[in-house]
Amino acid sequence: MLASSSTRPRRVAGFLAKSAPAVISVGLLLVTWELYANHSGIKPTILPAPSRVLEQAILNRGALIDNAIPTIRATLLGFACSLSAAFVFSVLVDFFQPLRRALFPVFIVSQTLPLVAIAPLVVLWFGFGLAPKILLVALVTFFPMLVALVQGYEATEAEIGQMLRAMGAGRWRVFVLARLPSALPYFFAGLRISITYAVVGAIFAEYAGAAKGLGIYMLNAKNNFRPDLVLAAVAVSAVLTLVLFGLTVLLQRIAMPWERVGREPSGKGRRG
Amino acid sequence: MSRLELRHVRKAFGGLDVLADISLSVGAGEFVSILGPSGAGKSTLFQLLTGAEHGAGEMFFDGAPLDDHGRHFAFMPQRDALMPWRRIIDNTTLGLEVQGVGRKAARARVAPLFAEFGLVGFERHFPAQLSGGMRQRAALLRTVVQERDMLLLDEPFGALDALTRAALQRWLEQMWRHHRWTALLITHDVREALYLSDRIYVLSARPARIVREIKVPLPRPRDPTAAAAPLASALEAEILDILLNPQPFKGHDDD
Ligand SMILES: Nc1ncnc2c1ncn2[C@@H]1O[C@H](COP(=O)(O)OP(=O)(O)O)[C@@H](O)[C@H]1O
Ligand SMILES: [Mg+2]
Repeated sequence: MLASSSTRPRRVAGFLAKSAPAVISVGLLLVTWELYANHSGIKPTILPAPSRVLEQAILNRGALIDNAIPTIRATLLGFACSLSAAFVFSVLVDFFQPLRRALFPVFIVSQTLPLVAIAPLVVLWFGFGLAPKILLVALVTFFPMLVALVQGYEATEAEIGQMLRAMGAGRWRVFVLARLPSALPYFFAGLRISITYAVVGAIFAEYAGAAKGLGIYMLNAKNNFRPDLVLAAVAVSAVLTLVLFGLTVLLQRIAMPWERVGREPSGKGRRG
Repeated sequence: MSRLELRHVRKAFGGLDVLADISLSVGAGEFVSILGPSGAGKSTLFQLLTGAEHGAGEMFFDGAPLDDHGRHFAFMPQRDALMPWRRIIDNTTLGLEVQGVGRKAARARVAPLFAEFGLVGFERHFPAQLSGGMRQRAALLRTVVQERDMLLLDEPFGALDALTRAALQRWLEQMWRHHRWTALLITHDVREALYLSDRIYVLSARPARIVREIKVPLPRPRDPTAAAAPLASALEAEILDILLNPQPFKGHDDD
């Protein structure tokens, strides 16, 4: 435990050094915006300064949290459904190649549907409840996850498959022992992208019609000429996206411990 | 008594003739090498033996046609094929796990071999933490612990630096003297073949056929410094001559 206590400050320093460019660029952006909003003469009801957005966010934190919760629920539920479906289909496609040719065109077309047009229709068909949100989140995240998984399976080293077959493993064993773990890096790459789509999808669905949620909150704020509150809600959704993104990164670190050891060899390793 | 016997084995991928005519045999406890240029079709031959591909001709094991491919061979692919996500101990038990041996029993079976394979202390490491030489030894351990009738080794040292390769060749020769595995080794390294084998089949370039069978009457334990001994160097010269000055074949050659 001595080691971990001595490496922690170094790790924290490393993290700060790594995140410094991002902090600086975002900070510069906010400062420029603040100065411009204050000195350009544009009314705060058109372009509010970041300080005002923050102030209003704090003032309206109750309503923001209240509306963020349904969005989080829709995002997570929708994404979970989409992920499960993508996994099932990826396995089917991996085992029955012809299915791929049958299904992929349909899925690709589903990706070309403009969300602006589809969202109100889905709400029209399924009401203001959770169902249309889940559907829309699934619509935008299903295909990227499916492609990531299928590509991941195919990235399995041919030699590993051949060796497992020679050991006497059947197709299912080869899938579980080799193809599935080989797909993990692809899976997590897809996860990182899709989770950001999922938030956007949920907000879009709410925008098209909902009792509560960041989407409908933004719509109402806009209609009340409160761009500061629109931006406050945007900031909340951005934080939400960042947190979810961070969670996927954390999940990957936990699920793939061999990825880290490879890069930072431990004391005993690396000798011949 | 020969265990493995191939008669006139041929293989083409689409229109590409890879194996033209391969007949060979491997006796019990014999170490045999297949020596040939890169791209000749050596790995393809192992694909036929392990059942990954099907070709023409006859293959026998202990006199019976080779049909149930899984059973006789422990196969070590050209690259070490260690699974990056499994710790070394779990990589080495893979074959046993596939055979249905329980996790605990499998570990108990590989554990005593770690010393012999120079891997003690690395059981819990991931493959990425090991040097190339250690990875090859781990892959070899995964192969031999399956206790199949015969080892198929596809260029096990091909990707290593010269020094590590020499060390592992010595180590493998020593291991082989203790265990007397029946083994078929693929290599494109003439000295490696001479150093390790009882017999060598020399392959032509693609489409591969066996152009010469060479017995290696060098005494064991093989002395690495005796590589320069007259008999060894005569054999080496002979093989190099075959490989570098291929006789024009009078059969159906497209190029
Ligand atoms: N599955 C395959 N499909 C088509 N061509 C193949 C396949 N496997 C190997 N080949 C071809 O067969 C030839 C011999 O390959 P290989 O057996 O790997 O050679 P070696 O192991 O002797 O270097 C190469 O030209 C390669 O492109
Ligand atoms: Mg090869």
